[in-house]
This record gives sequence, C-alpha cells and structure tokens, in this order.
Amino acid sequence: MNFRALIAGGTAASTFFALSGCGGSGFDDSAQDSTDDELTSSNSALTVLYGASGDAEKDAVEDAVAAWSKESGIDVTALAATNLTQELSQGFASGSPADLFYLAPEQIAGYADNGSLKPYGDLLSNRDDFYPSLVENFTVDGEFYCAPKDFSTLALVINTDLWDKAGLTDADIPTTWDELDAAANALTTGQRAGLTFSPEYQRVGVFMAQAGGSLVTDDGAQAVAESSENIEGLEFVRSHLKGGTFAYATDLGAGWGGEAFGKGQAAMTIEGNWITGALEADFPDVNYQVVPLPTGPAGQGTLQFTNCWGMAADSPNQEATLELVEFLTSAEQQLEFSAAFGPMPSVESAGDQWRSDNPDLTAFLDGADYATGMPTDVGADEVISDFNAQLESLKSSDPEKMLTTVQNNLEAVVG
Amino acid sequence: MGVAARASSRVGSRRTSVARRGEGSAGWLFTLPVIVILGLFLFVPVLMALWVSFSDWTGRGSPFSAGTGFVGFDNYAEITSGGGLPERNFGIALRNNAWYAVLVIPLQTALSLFLALLVNRAALRGRTFFRISFYFPSVTSSVAITVLWLFLFSSTGVVNQVLSWVGMNGPNWFNDPRGIVHVALSAVGVEAGPAVLTDADILGVSWWDWLSGPSIAMAALILMAVFTTSGTFMLLFLAALQSLSPDVDEAGRVDGASTWQRFWRITLPQLRPALFTVLTLGLIGCWQVFDQIYTGTQGGPGKTTLTPAYLSYESAFTDQRWGQGAAISFILFLIIVAFTVVQRWALRERGVAKRRMRQYRMTARENGGAS
Repeated sequence: MNFRALIAGGTAASTFFALSGCGGSGFDDSAQDSTDDELTSSNSALTVLYGASGDAEKDAVEDAVAAWSKESGIDVTALAATNLTQELSQGFASGSPADLFYLAPEQIAGYADNGSLKPYGDLLSNRDDFYPSLVENFTVDGEFYCAPKDFSTLALVINTDLWDKAGLTDADIPTTWDELDAAANALTTGQRAGLTFSPEYQRVGVFMAQAGGSLVTDDGAQAVAESSENIEGLEFVRSHLKGGTFAYATDLGAGWGGEAFGKGQAAMTIEGNWITGALEADFPDVNYQVVPLPTGPAGQGTLQFTNCWGMAADSPNQEATLELVEFLTSAEQQLEFSAAFGPMPSVESAGDQWRSDNPDLTAFLDGADYATGMPTDVGADEVISDFNAQLESLKSSDPEKMLTTVQNNLEAVVG
Repeated sequence: MGVAARASSRVGSRRTSVARRGEGSAGWLFTLPVIVILGLFLFVPVLMALWVSFSDWTGRGSPFSAGTGFVGFDNYAEITSGGGLPERNFGIALRNNAWYAVLVIPLQTALSLFLALLVNRAALRGRTFFRISFYFPSVTSSVAITVLWLFLFSSTGVVNQVLSWVGMNGPNWFNDPRGIVHVALSAVGVEAGPAVLTDADILGVSWWDWLSGPSIAMAALILMAVFTTSGTFMLLFLAALQSLSPDVDEAGRVDGASTWQRFWRITLPQLRPALFTVLTLGLIGCWQVFDQIYTGTQGGPGKTTLTPAYLSYESAFTDQRWGQGAAISFILFLIIVAFTVVQRWALRERGVAKRRMRQYRMTARENGGAS
C-alpha cells in the first residue's frame, strides 16, 4: 500500500475532530467579550437551542417561544438539538452560538471558564423567586449565571398492587432505613427485587446523602468524598445488593429503574418526576404511589436535577433574551411546562398551585427542602462518570477503596 | 542494460519531455479539484487540529485568535503522565482498544479469507447469492447494526435465548464490565491478581487490569466488528484470488501437493499484497472504533468500551478540553502508523532463507542427476 494513502487513512479520525471543532468558524476572530453588567442590544432575531425529551416537551417549548415572539414582536427560532452538548460546543467555537439554550449544571463551570456564558442571574426581575438550592446550583465563583429552567428530585416509587399482595399496609411505608430494609425484604420474591435503581451516583447518592455525606462541601470548595458517612451509605446499598433485596436495574435487564419497575421486576424504585410520564406511556396499567425517601442516620436526603437557560456571551441581543427568560421562567409558564412534560417549576410562587395540581406527587416537591445538587466544578462530571463506572461493581468491591479514588479524582478538580 | 542503451533511453526521455509538458499542466488541471478539496477538508483541518493539540484553546471562538496560547507538549503530558483522570482514561481506552484489535484483526482476516475461498470455488452452487449475502452486513449502516446488536445481546435477547436451549446462562452482555480473561481466571478460583501485577501500573491502569481481556460488552462489539467487516475484506481476497493464475496451482497439483499444502505454500504467499491491504485496513478500522461506541454504549459499562477515538470526542465536546482531545487523536495516529510500519516489515517480500535455499539446491541437483 502506498504510504501517502496510509497517512490519509490514518488521519481520518483527527480530521473528523478538526472539522467539527472548527466548523464554520473560518479563521476570523469573532468572539467578543462584553463587560459584566451590560447586555448587548440589537434587533437581531433570537435562536433557542433545546434538547427535548419527547414531542410533549418540543411542542410546549415551541408554543411558549412562539407566544413570546408574538407578544414582543421579535423573531425567535426554537431548534431541537439531537446532541445538545455537541451542538453547543460547535456554536461556541464558531462564535455564533444560539442566544439561549438548555444548560446542565455540570457544564456551566466549563463554559463559564472559557467565557462562553453571560452571567445574567442577578439581572432577573424574578431573581428572588427561585429556590435557593437551585440558585446555588447555578452559581459559579459567587456569580449567579443562569435562571433555573425547572427541576426534579428523587423519591421512592412504590407499586401498590405488589405492596398489597405482600400484605403490607400504609403503616409500613418506610420512613427509616430499617423500615426500608423490612419492606424490601417483604417484597422480594424469586423473580422480583424489592427495590431497584440504576448503578450510578445519581441514584445511589441518596443513601450517601441520608447518611450525611456528599461529594463536595456545600460551597463546592472542598472534596469530602472519602468520609465515614459516604462509606456507611454505600455499605448499606452493598449489603442489600448482596442480599438480593436491592438490585441494579441493569442487572435485571432493564435500561433504568422505571423500566424494571414498570415490568414488575421490582416493587419499588428510586426515580424522579420523569417517571410519571414514562409509566403512563409505557406501562399504563401499573398502579403506584410516590412517597418521600426514607430518613437515614443523618436525616432526610435526596438529589435534585435541574437545567438552566444559558445565555451566550456572544449573543447580539441579550436584552431581548433576558426578557424571553423572564417569560419562560414565570410561574404561569412553568406550570404549563410542568403540565406538559413533568418537571417542577423552579420558582416558589408556583409551588402551591403545583401541589394542588399534582396532589399525588407532592413528595417530589417536598424534597426541594433537603435536596443536594450535582457538583458543578469543572471536571466533576468526569469524576462522577468514573465513580459510576465503579459503582456498577459495588457488589464485589470495597466502598472505601472506591471512595478513595473518587476523593483523589475530585481533589484534582475542586478548589 | 548496457551503457549505450542507458544513454539512448536518456535521450529518449528528453525528447518526450517537451511533448509531455502540455500533458503535465493538463494533468494538474484535472487533479486540481481533488487537491483543493482534499487540502481544504483534510490537510488544513489536520494542521489546525495539530495546532489545537499544542494550544490551550478552550473551545470558544477561533483557535487562532489572540487569546489562545502555545503550551508545548502540556496536553500530551497530561494524558500520558499527568497522573490524574485524563491519564487513567487514556490508559483504559488504550487497553480496551488493544484487546479489541488483537481479537478483531485475526478473526476478521481469517473469516474473510475463508469466505473468499468458499465463494471462489467454481463448484459452489448459487455463488452470487452467497457473495451478496456475505457482503450485505458491510453495506448496512453501522448505526443500524449496532441497534440490532443491542437487541440481540440484551439480557433476554435472542442470543441468550439460544444459549439457554443448550443449558447455558448467557451473560447480561452490554452491561457486564468483567474482562473475559478475569472471568476465565475466576472460574478456576483466581479472584485477585498477584501483588506484582496489581501494585505496578502503567498509564494509571494496573498490569492486572491491562490483562483483564475485553469486557463481555466489548466482546459483543468484537463479534459485531467481525460480522460487519468480513464481507468487505472477503471481496478484496476474492478479487486477489481471481487474479491468480491457475497454472501455478496446477503445477503444484502435478507435483503431488495436497489441498492443504497448496493453500499454505502456493495460494497464501501469492495473496500477500491483498493480505497486507486487509491487515492494514483492519488495523486502521480497529483503532478508530467510534460509531458503535457512540450509538451503542458510550464507553460503558465501567468504561470498558471506551476507545481512544471516543475518548478524544468526549474530552473535547463534553469536557471542553480540546487540546487533550486533539492530542489523543494524534497519539492514535502515531499508533496506527507505527503498527502499519511493523506490519509492512513483517510481510515484506523475503528472499528464500538459507536453510530453505539448500533444500532447493538439493532438489535441483537431484533432478539434474535424474535427467
């Protein structure tokens, strides 16, 4: 084979990255920094980039954006991303990103670091309406970057038919680890696990939180993964995985807890708000009940998941974008979103209305009081995925060793 | 060639060069579109990526803007000796991909050669049908096949159903991070490696983990790669087989060589160029596995299907470490070039070894004596 052809073949991979990395940017240097408090203003049309969980979310976002566009007279295009992270990165690299976009907390620090984001949180007229724990989730280096779009927490979901069949009553609904242990025991049969969840920190972490542990301190300044509390939480999970009363969804042959739960492979699962929509769509015959997670040795604990509306530093029309955000995060609009596709409004003023609209799901909203978010430090995302990789074999490994690795990895990225 | 002949050929070439000058510019004109397109979309981007791998570009704006600085080999150092997660991830990705390559390349080459020999036989009925059906997986989109594979190898999928008929309890393929060598060892009672292997590490991965073998999830992907690529390579072998002159084979037959001997001593040596092509293409393909990972497993379970190509993508797009991502792809490029050079050397045309030469001479002498 000709050597030149060989080089051409060998560099194909590199080319791919080069092309997508620099796609559309050419060689011009169009990234500009705007000063901190000033928002750019022009009559440019806006672009909103979002990742839809399904048609319901797609329609809801498009309707809301269209309604604002009509009201304000500014053209807005809403683009559904197929791969949000990749499309965002391409936008930032090209210097012409979408003006407004969904942004996950674990990505904020990275984009804030390279100046892609415009911190606008403190400019919001409804700033004080957001739940403080959510605001904290989107604060990097003391700056409130972006408005929480909505949020979800984890709760315990119980299959009521199986519950009754096992002879359990409302009085048996677990409020402590011991009671959870007893209930899981009663519900476990040959073909069914008592409790199931995915093998990831995003679920297993609730036990660490209930034992009083966390990965980083509340201000995100210090790694505290290697603590006796975290070990206790993981040991609790490990012993039950070994005993067979808990089982990872993947070990049951399901993609996630909701699927194993819907198929009846487990009688309880730990999942967030999204499970209601999924059960309705895929397993409409399953009867279930949502209750708060049990209290651990250190009290209540759950995890919260949220996204925010990120604003691009390179957006030519930030003033209008800010107005659009205020519209999208208003209590009224968020309740509409919630009704359409599930998550809870990120503003406290919508709380009461949400409770009365969803009387069966209040356990999720109650979680907001004591929920922990995901660490937001640059690189924390990767540490967690490494932790998740290890959690898959929790049954056969030593929690303490695992947490030491996490601690070492976290120390490299935190602070 | 005599001196006179050489001189006359030089004169000849000078004479034709005048006439060929016009041809030369026409040639350039015809190749210009390809040169421009390749240059613009292949060569320039490669140089840009090379720059990114030496820079601290963060992914905002152009990598050639004033704010981007040159950091020398920092990115390369971070992934090869940084001691942190990037190094470990790179080690894991190399481990996974090395096992993948070690298993896929021989299997796909052997299988495709075998298939080519089968469908090359004149006696085979319905040859065209078999040729098309063996080639079919190669023209199907790898995304479609990956999705198909996810279904086939799910814990309650067809593969496990079939295994259950023969009384085997199939693994939970795409969710099983255990390495197959480790599984085999634990079957004979070895659960943990000796301290010699577990204490020392290279690229953040202990020797024991380097030797884990591909995970069961990766094994499913290996089967898939063999399934999808053997058709293409079968075609290459088939083309080579058909261009072989039957005389040589016939001569072997007359000399009384068995089918097996004729294959090893006559057919295979003649297939050397095709074999080199197949091995090289296989090697390049193996070290660039991306789509299957992207659509199928995203590196999971337990990072055991993480490959350098996918890691490069992830470092850049998800973790905003563009320099490291580019550096990984250039290390990958060097790995591929290095292996290809080794392969070229191993498969080079060799003169007959002295030991063997003596044999030839002796046979010749015997033959001479007989006649």
